[in-house]
Amino acid sequence: MTSLAADGIGIAFGGVRALDGITFETAEAGVTAIIGPNGAGKTTLFNILTGVYRPGRGRVRLFGEDVTGEPPFRLAERGLSRTFQNLQVFFRMTALENVMVGHHLGESHNVLRHLLPLPAVFAGERRAREAARAELAHVGLEGVANRSAASLSYGELKRLEIARALAAKPRVLLLDEPAAGCNAVETEALSTLIRRLAGEGIAVILVEHDMAMVMSLSDRVIVLDQGRIIADGPPDAVRTDPAVRTAYLGADG
Amino acid sequence: MTAELLQFAFSGLTVGAVYALVALGFTLIYNASGVINFAQGEFVMIGGMTTVFLAAAGVPLPIAAIVAIGAAVLIGILLWALAIEPARGAPPIALIIITIGASIFLRGLAQIVFDKQFHALPPITGDAPIRIGGATVLPQTFWVLGGGFAVVVLLTLFLERTLLGKAVLATAANRLAARLVGINTAMVVCLSFAVSAGIGAFAGILITPITLTSYDVGTLLALKGFAAAMLGGIGNPVGAVAGGLLVGLIEAFGAGLISSDYKDAFAFFVILAVLFFMPAGLFGRRAVERV
Amino acid sequence: MAARFGAALILALVVVAVWFLADSNFVLRVATLVFIYGLAAIGLNILVGDAGQVSLGHAGFLGIGAYAVAIGPASLGLHPLLALVAGVLLAGVLALVIGRPILRLRGFALAVATLGLGILIAMVINNEAWLTGGPDGMRVGRLELFGWRARGTDTWYWIAAAALIFGAIVASSLKASPTGRALRAVHDSEVAAMVAGIDVARYKSAAFVISAVYAAIAGGLLALYDGFVTPDVAGYLTSIEIITMVVLGGMGSVLGAVVGAVILTALPQMLTAFAEYEHMVLGLIMMAVMIGLRAGIVPSLAALFGGVLRRVR
Repeated sequence: MTSLAADGIGIAFGGVRALDGITFETAEAGVTAIIGPNGAGKTTLFNILTGVYRPGRGRVRLFGEDVTGEPPFRLAERGLSRTFQNLQVFFRMTALENVMVGHHLGESHNVLRHLLPLPAVFAGERRAREAARAELAHVGLEGVANRSAASLSYGELKRLEIARALAAKPRVLLLDEPAAGCNAVETEALSTLIRRLAGEGIAVILVEHDMAMVMSLSDRVIVLDQGRIIADGPPDAVRTDPAVRTAYLGADG
Repeated sequence: MTAELLQFAFSGLTVGAVYALVALGFTLIYNASGVINFAQGEFVMIGGMTTVFLAAAGVPLPIAAIVAIGAAVLIGILLWALAIEPARGAPPIALIIITIGASIFLRGLAQIVFDKQFHALPPITGDAPIRIGGATVLPQTFWVLGGGFAVVVLLTLFLERTLLGKAVLATAANRLAARLVGINTAMVVCLSFAVSAGIGAFAGILITPITLTSYDVGTLLALKGFAAAMLGGIGNPVGAVAGGLLVGLIEAFGAGLISSDYKDAFAFFVILAVLFFMPAGLFGRRAVERV
Repeated sequence: MAARFGAALILALVVVAVWFLADSNFVLRVATLVFIYGLAAIGLNILVGDAGQVSLGHAGFLGIGAYAVAIGPASLGLHPLLALVAGVLLAGVLALVIGRPILRLRGFALAVATLGLGILIAMVINNEAWLTGGPDGMRVGRLELFGWRARGTDTWYWIAAAALIFGAIVASSLKASPTGRALRAVHDSEVAAMVAGIDVARYKSAAFVISAVYAAIAGGLLALYDGFVTPDVAGYLTSIEIITMVVLGGMGSVLGAVVGAVILTALPQMLTAFAEYEHMVLGLIMMAVMIGLRAGIVPSLAALFGGVLRRVR
């Protein structure tokens, strides 16, 4: 069974082809890394896979169903979640509230009930708060739960986004440069967390520039260059691929 | 029938030219600073009212007009220095409230300095109507259209041929980059307020012989100028002028053919319709949101 | 509980205190107006302060509520209370129908679209004189319940106060619920909200409908209290006044909305002796507060005094 799949995805911005003929399938669990030089189209691909952009060509499938063009909140209902390279944090909220937003799918969506001071709603809030506290602890942020998100460091915000994504209980998780801004200790903790998530049956797809992390963590590496896939395979095979060396180091490298 | 349509077209283009100049003022300030100046209509009022009162005091009309434009420019600069510049970095909604506050303040001021009556100015070249294809057109109409055209030409020359104008364009394109290459962007914003105020006052002087003026004409003019700027695609000067003329035409034909009671409604109705289908306006480009 | 409904509690205390301290009917009448406009501002704050969506045309909904209680009994023979309900429903349905397409717009496009909506509503009220009395306005019948007539300064003081406090409780409940959190998420980052599974269009539209309902109730109360309506209630200036109350008092703050209502309602009443200068003073206050206290009065003061006031926001 595949989790997330791309069939011949292409998109152009103002005549410039940002992605062309991207095709791959990911397994139901495990870690897939998407790497490539700056401007290769990694984040654009993420935006298409998560419904933020609509592809010009090609289809996106999630657990076998065609989900091309579905808005992100529908994909979230189907078990897809993500983090962002350029932080998309709710800066007017506390860290804890940010994670509580991640619980949205599991909460009542009855707006009329929320207009009244109902004990049941308050009880639900208490439960959400406790669950969110546990999820913050998962990423080592339990100490800053009640601080305003605006006061957190870059590395903390990166982990906050992961906690928020995990709160939605995803089956597919896309992480866009999760280790950016993390020191060596934090990166190691992050690797452990990602490995554990993959072990729990979540399909993790990540874009990352930290090659040591990518090579040690991933089951599979997809290399993008100028909007195309130039290599796809286990880390060891990709590492020695001549096309990859050329893309990263230039033709003479 | 064709004579009637021609008549509507002329009156539409006349008010449309004023909306276009107000929209142009919105666009200049928006491009330089990202602020929507809801006090834009008050510049039109200041231009008309100051000229009226100076002329009534015996000042020759051309001098009254020049002094009125100067007064509006001064108020534009004061508005920037006292209310916009100190609020730099405030959220858009706060800036909206500030400029609306400025417009209410200026209206209150005008009501004290001038009065609450309607006033007219004598037309520049008499009021013997000219007949064109069955339509009767006031000579002042040509002054409005010609004046509007002259402003657009002069502004274009200024922006494209002078160093200062190029600084304005550079600031509009990218404020940070403009500052990095040494452009004093605060000065550019100040200039945009001064020029917008001058253009607004000029429009107010030209149109007063036709539509009259009073202390509170600014509100509706600002709303329609804003709507015209949005219709053309905010930030696009060509769109602002086209949007202004279009709003004027829609109004004139709507009032003439459908209902004059709803004259002021047609423009907003069309704008709602356009925004529903083209959220970036007629000439605006849809931006791709980067995340 | 105390922290969650701190705003309503404070309002209740103020209502009682004003009642005992007021030395004239004039004070009570001004307070009644403050309560009614405060109710509208609390509602608009859900849209503007929580969900982050601007509306420059909310007086249109105020007008629908006001004219419903004027026209319903006069033309259709409806009971005033039933007419109020009908007006509120009409405003809610209109907001529901128009909300979805209008709220796809952002920033200044949304501002001009809501502006247009408000102006269109005001224009219909102005022009359909056969129904609304046109620019001259129309008389509104007294509210009567089981033979009891709502009249007199004291009665309306308490009716308006009850509506305000109820409105504050509802707004505070919403704020502390998953919906309130979803709205604030939409305010901060629509894309992150969507990725978290929030149907952004639905929640924006919900906030629009709720704020329209608040406005229509306030409009209806205003008309019943005054015994007279004019198209000004739906006009552009009224729209500006309500949103100014929200922004001045503090976006997202229930108490702030009421503080904004105090400034914009009570101040002109106190300045009647200097009626000429009313607009100048109002304009100056709007500019000065927004330059000096960008976050609005209540949140700025709360930040200043730290935790004490933060609980009641």
